[in-house]
Amino acid sequence: MMKRTALFEIHRSLNAKLVDFSGFEMPVQYKSIRDEHLAVRHHAGLFDVSHMGEVLLKGERSREVLQELTVNDVWSLKPGKAQYTVMCREHGGIVDDLLIYCLSEMEFMLVINASNIEKDFNWILEVNDGRAEISNISDEIALIALQGPRSTEILSKITDDKPGDIPAFEFRSMQISEYENVLVSATGYTGEKGYELYCNIRHINVCNLWENIMAAGEEFGITPCGLGARDTLRLEAGLALYGNDITEETTPLEGRLGWLVKWDKGDFIGKESLLKQKKEGVKRKLFGLEMEEKKRIPRAGYPILNSKKEEAGTVTSGGLSVILNKGIAMGYLPADMKVGDEVFICIRDKAFPCKIVKLPFYNRKS
Amino acid sequence: MNHPKELKYTREHEWVRDNGDGTVTVGITDFAQSELGDIVFVEIDKLGESVEKNSAFGTVEAVKTVSELFMPVSGEIQKWNESLEDEPELINNDPYDKGWMITIKMSDSSELNDLLTAEDYEQIIA
Repeated sequence: MMKRTALFEIHRSLNAKLVDFSGFEMPVQYKSIRDEHLAVRHHAGLFDVSHMGEVLLKGERSREVLQELTVNDVWSLKPGKAQYTVMCREHGGIVDDLLIYCLSEMEFMLVINASNIEKDFNWILEVNDGRAEISNISDEIALIALQGPRSTEILSKITDDKPGDIPAFEFRSMQISEYENVLVSATGYTGEKGYELYCNIRHINVCNLWENIMAAGEEFGITPCGLGARDTLRLEAGLALYGNDITEETTPLEGRLGWLVKWDKGDFIGKESLLKQKKEGVKRKLFGLEMEEKKRIPRAGYPILNSKKEEAGTVTSGGLSVILNKGIAMGYLPADMKVGDEVFICIRDKAFPCKIVKLPFYNRKS
Repeated sequence: MNHPKELKYTREHEWVRDNGDGTVTVGITDFAQSELGDIVFVEIDKLGESVEKNSAFGTVEAVKTVSELFMPVSGEIQKWNESLEDEPELINNDPYDKGWMITIKMSDSSELNDLLTAEDYEQIIA
């Protein structure tokens, strides 16, 4: 039996196309991935991403545990701020990428990928070794993402607070429509300005909240968006997807996440292996690729060939860039390759030319 | 979902219109276009060639996924719908008329009897 989010009845009433995503029955699209994608780029989109997992760490030693568990510097994280980071194994492979919310000096919320909830929770427990109080609150938290250039105007209509004043990667507890204690976070996974609203479903009627946001957004062109658009948007924004672009077999240094690793913060799991890799130099790196010919669409798993048409890597994420109207992809290639290099992607046994390009594929204007 | 009674269907979600002159017109069903979502590209690999029933003759790329197209009957692919080059969305908007894909000159018209009726097809996708 697939799990359903607290917003399931909304998806059903909107006639969403539903798919199994990591054991959750989730909307992949409502009407059209392309229209939903464009709505987020030009107006606003509303997503149910309640499948994401949340883990709470409490107690005096929480920071110490997180400092070991993750590669970024948790000492610098102040209440009200969120930090993007990864957890690694000893060999440097990525367990998951996550956001850490500093709720107070002694309380942190980790937001993890739906596909990894059980694995991550067990790993966190193992590393924690009894030091902090840890709970998996994934089933209590619904997560609504409001993304797009009009998102601040929309949210401001249903709150007396000032969501527009929240700096990127910070959050505030706000009253949104009639619901108090909505954790409003200036974060997202689309490459657009936007908010993620964490709601405890025991206190908040999230279906009603969803409808209130939709009503407030109507005049701004808000559109409900499924996981299909979420994927095309994040790819265009050059954001890695766990399980595709980053895995236990790839390190943050290979996966363009080296900027997260704070070498001078003290010990953390994977540091030794990552330092070694840094000294020796990475052998492969995650690159962005753009097809030369329009309408050729690379997909995950397709081989990438070098200029001599020898196999050099594999596409980890691929698809149509709705904004550029051409095929785009990410994939691992030898680290000595560079932006501007001509390579090929094999689509059904034919090699089509593409170029290594700078990531992201799309940059928002403001 | 609309699946006209006068057409025949395959398990691979194609429809077949018997033109009565030894040729058939082929496209994908309303159900198929809806499952694929926004179609961005159609490629017919075997134009002008004789292709066996059930063999792949092309592919259709949607934003989310790619799907192969299979011959509903054996024969020579005579024409393809060139409007799809610039307007692949015709398949989403009008799968049975403007969104047609190819015409086939059948090598064995008795194969038409193996195809599904609209009723059979609707049971398969139910």
